[in-house]
Amino acid sequence: MENVYYLDNAAATRLDEQVLEVMKPLYFDRYSVATSEFGYSLGVEAKEALDDARTRLAKALGANSQEFIFTSGSAESSNLALKGVAKALGAKKGKHLIVSKIEDFPVLYSARTLEKEGFTVDYLDVDGEGLVDLEKLQALIKPETILVSVQHGNQEIGTLQDINAIGKICHDQGVLFHTDATHTFMRVPLDVNAIAVDLITVSAHTLHGPKGIGGLYVKKGTALAKIMDGGFQEFDLRGGMDNIPGAVGFAKAAELVTADENIRLAAMRDHIITMVSEQIPDVILNGHPRQRTPQNANITFHYVEGESITLHLDMYGIAVSTGSACFSRSLEASHVIAAIGGDHERAHGSIRMTVGRFNTMEEVVFVVETLKKVVENLRKISPLGKE
Amino acid sequence: MASPYNDLVLEHFKNPRNTGRIEDPDGKATEGSPACGDMVSLYLKVDPETKVIDDIKFESYGCASNIATGSIITELAKGKTIDEAKNITWQEASEALGGLPKIKAHCSVLAVEVLRSAIQNYEEKHGLVTEKVATTEEIVRKRLKKVMNPIKGLDMVATHLVKEIDITGGVVRIVIDLPETHQFANAIKEDAIEKIESLWDIDQVIVEFTD
Repeated sequence: MENVYYLDNAAATRLDEQVLEVMKPLYFDRYSVATSEFGYSLGVEAKEALDDARTRLAKALGANSQEFIFTSGSAESSNLALKGVAKALGAKKGKHLIVSKIEDFPVLYSARTLEKEGFTVDYLDVDGEGLVDLEKLQALIKPETILVSVQHGNQEIGTLQDINAIGKICHDQGVLFHTDATHTFMRVPLDVNAIAVDLITVSAHTLHGPKGIGGLYVKKGTALAKIMDGGFQEFDLRGGMDNIPGAVGFAKAAELVTADENIRLAAMRDHIITMVSEQIPDVILNGHPRQRTPQNANITFHYVEGESITLHLDMYGIAVSTGSACFSRSLEASHVIAAIGGDHERAHGSIRMTVGRFNTMEEVVFVVETLKKVVENLRKISPLGKE
Repeated sequence: MASPYNDLVLEHFKNPRNTGRIEDPDGKATEGSPACGDMVSLYLKVDPETKVIDDIKFESYGCASNIATGSIITELAKGKTIDEAKNITWQEASEALGGLPKIKAHCSVLAVEVLRSAIQNYEEKHGLVTEKVATTEEIVRKRLKKVMNPIKGLDMVATHLVKEIDITGGVVRIVIDLPETHQFANAIKEDAIEKIESLWDIDQVIVEFTD
């Protein structure tokens, strides 16, 4: 395909060449395992590279380097957060967890797995714009509650939660708080010194970094048990081969994100939302109008189906995703749209467009123009919306 | 990776044949509903003498396989008699398209069913139902299985919305287990009436709610 207009940056991003450059020496020169300071020189150098990457990423969150552990990505980080806390506190404190209904699959399915193992989970409601109900959260916390997991920014509709308020509610009652920041790390301010939070999931794949590397911030003293057995890596919280090139690439990827870039992404997002709302009738913005991640626009087009839209756009080289059941492998409509809107129709015609570093305003203008044409043509053959 | 749809399917999806509506159709039907997923409407013009389908048009609120199947089914049916057309199967439609992904069978079956329903609608409206079986509760229930319950995304029978069915002298009375004020009450009611009223021996359909 000649031109690619890639607007699915929430799913995966194109690697930045500068990231690849810093990773290369870790594959070709300092490729050994990280050894202790008593090991051979190559291993000591590899260890230094790993520690340096850890320190820089921890610093980006305002944390100490001992509080940041590397994982294989956000799915593993969230698995470790939920299952690790459950394993550490299940017998000691209680077997109750609270997660929001719009969490991404790693949190949601970790919670379901824990339910099968005898834990109870409350799934917290969100309002029409995707914000969790703080009063309900307060009411759901019990003496046996061990963990609350509410994401920072949503993967599909971009809604940003007030994680500061959520964290305070949790800490006032002595409950640990985990937040999945896969879609907000480096994009939205997140400082562990300003927010009451114990565990944070982050990942490189959303930041033009390498795939297969993520991290979990674990506040000093947090009760967390190891779930991946192996060696004693990652402060004995995660066994397995260190992904040092990945770690170094992740640190570089995080540092390449600037405040200016985030402003530029938000301007492209706003162009999509404003132009589509003004120029295409019968659309709804999914998610919060202001409290949303800078990269996310999610819009439902009434009377048409999402897979049909994405397939037409693909013929123009445009890559977007949809919450329509027809598009998913499971043929299940988006659980996020269901939680905010209640019916299948809203998911059926929903399109998510997420911008990244390599998108330009010109591309976004082209995408909106094409979308206009595609939706108009599909509406012409739709039985709905005619009267 | 290759698209799950072959070139012919994509071609029909991109340029669907026979789309739109026919004013004053001789037969028409809608399958599916907006609240639960794909929906397709089909309109027929039938020659009263030869019973040949002279004109056929469809509208789709659906995914690629739904649109492509709607397109091919109208091509296959055009010029055929209604008796020939009602025997067109999903298999034939799929073969004419060079094959459809199995997981999308559901969306494309809808486009085949709507042709049969439109022909049935034509036959009922034109007194052509050969075996005039008196409408029973079972027949009504079978038809209500085509009415979707948007709350669940499944039909209203499977989701236990049908509380009572009563058939007395050409009047069907259906009691739906929902409050009248429910947001989907009216949509379900209209859909249910449409499915039942064309039965040859039914003059009136009354839909009631539980409170």
